[in-house]
Amino acid sequence: MNLLYSEIEEDLRASVRAVLTDHCPPSAVLARLESDSPCDMDLWRILVELGVTGLHVPEDRGGQGASLRETAVVMEELGRFVAPVPFLGSTVLATTALLACDSDLVGSLASGTTTGALAVPLTAAPGSPFPATVSASADGLLTGRVTSVVDARAASLLVVPVAGPALYAVRADAPGVTVTEVVSLDMTRRIADVSLASTPGVVIASGDQATAAVEAALRAGAGLLASEQVGIAETCLEQTVRHVKDRHQFGRAIGSFQAIKHRLADLWLELVCARATARHAADALTRQADDADVAVALAQSECADLAVHAAEEAVQLHGGIGMTWEHPAHLSLKRAKVNQLALGTPGEHRMTLGHMVHLLMDIPSRR
Amino acid sequence: MTHSGHIRDRVRELLAAHDPGSTDRLEFLRARFDAGLAWVHYPVGLGGLAAPRELQQVVDAELDEAGAPDNDPLRIGIGLGMAAPTILTYGTEEQKSRFLRPLWTGEEVWCQLFSEPGAGSDLAALGTRAVRDGDDWVVTGQKVWTSSAHTARWAILLARTDPDLPKHQGITYFVCDMTAPGVEVRPLRQITGEAEFNEVFLTDVRIPDAHRLGAVGEGWKVARTTLMNERVAIGGAAIPREGGMIGIVADTWRQHPELRTPELHARLVKLWARAEALRLTGVRLRQQLAAGAPGPEGSGMKLAFARLAQDISGFEVELMGEAGLRYDDWTLCRPDQVDFTGRGPGYRYLRAKGNSIEGGTSEILRNIIAERVLGLPSEPRSDTGPWKDLPR
Ligand SMILES: Cc1cc2nc3c(=O)[nH]c(=O)nc-3n(C[C@H](O)[C@H](O)[C@H](O)COP(=O)(O)OP(=O)(O)OC[C@H]3O[C@@H](n4cnc5c(N)ncnc54)[C@H](O)[C@@H]3O)c2cc1C
Repeated sequence: MNLLYSEIEEDLRASVRAVLTDHCPPSAVLARLESDSPCDMDLWRILVELGVTGLHVPEDRGGQGASLRETAVVMEELGRFVAPVPFLGSTVLATTALLACDSDLVGSLASGTTTGALAVPLTAAPGSPFPATVSASADGLLTGRVTSVVDARAASLLVVPVAGPALYAVRADAPGVTVTEVVSLDMTRRIADVSLASTPGVVIASGDQATAAVEAALRAGAGLLASEQVGIAETCLEQTVRHVKDRHQFGRAIGSFQAIKHRLADLWLELVCARATARHAADALTRQADDADVAVALAQSECADLAVHAAEEAVQLHGGIGMTWEHPAHLSLKRAKVNQLALGTPGEHRMTLGHMVHLLMDIPSRR
Repeated sequence: MTHSGHIRDRVRELLAAHDPGSTDRLEFLRARFDAGLAWVHYPVGLGGLAAPRELQQVVDAELDEAGAPDNDPLRIGIGLGMAAPTILTYGTEEQKSRFLRPLWTGEEVWCQLFSEPGAGSDLAALGTRAVRDGDDWVVTGQKVWTSSAHTARWAILLARTDPDLPKHQGITYFVCDMTAPGVEVRPLRQITGEAEFNEVFLTDVRIPDAHRLGAVGEGWKVARTTLMNERVAIGGAAIPREGGMIGIVADTWRQHPELRTPELHARLVKLWARAEALRLTGVRLRQQLAAGAPGPEGSGMKLAFARLAQDISGFEVELMGEAGLRYDDWTLCRPDQVDFTGRGPGYRYLRAKGNSIEGGTSEILRNIIAERVLGLPSEPRSDTGPWKDLPR
């Protein structure tokens, strides 16, 4: 078990952070909020060139041959900047599903020539039943609807779970595909409802392999989301510390008031503990450890609420300015709050966790 | 000198020369100290091999497997965790060779004469006086909440040597002989019913100048070393998953389905997750130390530990139902060791209350994190003048 960041991971972090500092300042994210192009595809192309979309894909399948640990570091940085790019939907969820399917398509996602999305509701948790809202006709045409799919609008390739179970690859521009963006609480990572009406697709897995592929994607997604949550919390804490040192009221920096110092000390401590769980999850997923499921559930249990707490403290301790649209604090708050629901709520993860570590309630659990 | 193969050889040599099955316990511990296997990161000749700290785990595991006796660390926690690192850092060669060996073997128990009725969190306000008299210092004052004073042979002691200076500057650090004339130890009962700590009255106690640690007036600097080590000692031990209090509660849960409710279940799993997260934080901290890059995370461990211990032990009493109404034993006793997880749920609940007070209260630790880790400004101060003029 290695819970530290390696030198290579720190180098990767530095390059991603440099790109995001130049190309993803809060002003740019704010400016894009109500535009019709929610994803920053220029930024996405720069990140693709850095190679971050193929980190956890083996070289012989068109990737960088690194691991989910490195991908998790990228998630931390993207979380810090609340970057509007389809990394979660394409690089984490769709790519991990394709990796588990021996599909050639994974290479194009890894190289960034294609952007993908996994057609499951963003609230789907690891361990939940295989989604079956889409069905295939006898001649292989797909019909059905999947709500709340993350990063769907940016995707040209949809990876669709189909009753059976099976997993299909569907081109977003295929006949009968409608992607309807909804008004999202997190405007920097939007969701969309996807409908298919007699849409042609290609089977990429069926039976147990399809189930395992979706489960692997949800598990990796939840595990890596913890790293994003750590990134969000870290930046909220840093910005808030900077603000309270700077802002004076009653003739003193507000950061010299103990009521504020103690809240920030507590937040820092929560962050310290949550980071250990996020690293543990990324490490366990990479090693395919026996207790990877425990590690993921634990990380979500701790990191999801931490990020919300950090973002809420950031708004509160910035006072009126924290409530102001032009200030970026609400970007982190919205991302953190949506993440709390994404890929299983902390409560759902704790239910699963209790079951896995044999702390049973007399009610049947999902696992 | 430092790799684990070499260390294993040393352990084997020790075991060959002193079979734990047939060697007297104390004799074995002394031999272990002399072989440099007491605390391997200490210098050669002082119980160590100047080796990396993490190799201690190798030694402990090998000796444990061979059935060797340990030095009963719960009985001598203050010596091991606080006095020893301070003596190592500030002691003279004579002091180191006189004190460290019997400290480690447990032949001599240590206690900490720091807190006073008027100086707890604000330890630097302490008023116990030490006045120079020839080669000795004459010490008078009162200390309080002194754990293991009733079993201790030696104490680390802070006393004021110059009341005219500001409070941090006029303090000197001593080693006090608890058997010296003028030292009176009275049991002080705590909320658990027992008297783990004491009041200590010092009346014209003579301490030779040779038992001073660090320079005259430098006591605060020396004490900082002690306090830092104290917090690490309280919050920093390596444990397996479900080690400590959470394991006890989890076992109760598994063995007693009749106690379960959905509400308790949700809380238990949350506590389990927090305990596991804190355990992993400790693992990560030790990995950082081993990699030679200690982070500021250490300052938070004791704070997190105290809160978790209180939440788990409070939960446990509720979980126990009717059994939670009872207590194991209120008899006033003077225990010779401190075990946070020993005895019953009621004791654990009450003892855990001390975790956020002893070794720096949780409020003081939050101040420290806010100021030293986050860099936030300190409170405006009104105590910078000479100690003798401070309001009290
Ligand atoms: C079980 C136990 C064992 C102990 N063993 C020893 C021992 O062996 N040797 C020894 O020397 N001492 C020992 N102590 C004493 C311990 O170090 C002190 O109790 C502790 O430092 C607090 O001091 P105090 O009791 O005077 O409380 P106070 O300092 O009076 O604090 C009272 C309350 O005020 C708060 N407070 C104080 N200052 C501030 C501030 N600046 N900001 C915010 N809040 C503040 C505190 O957090 C606390 O909640 C022990 C204590 C306990 C409970």
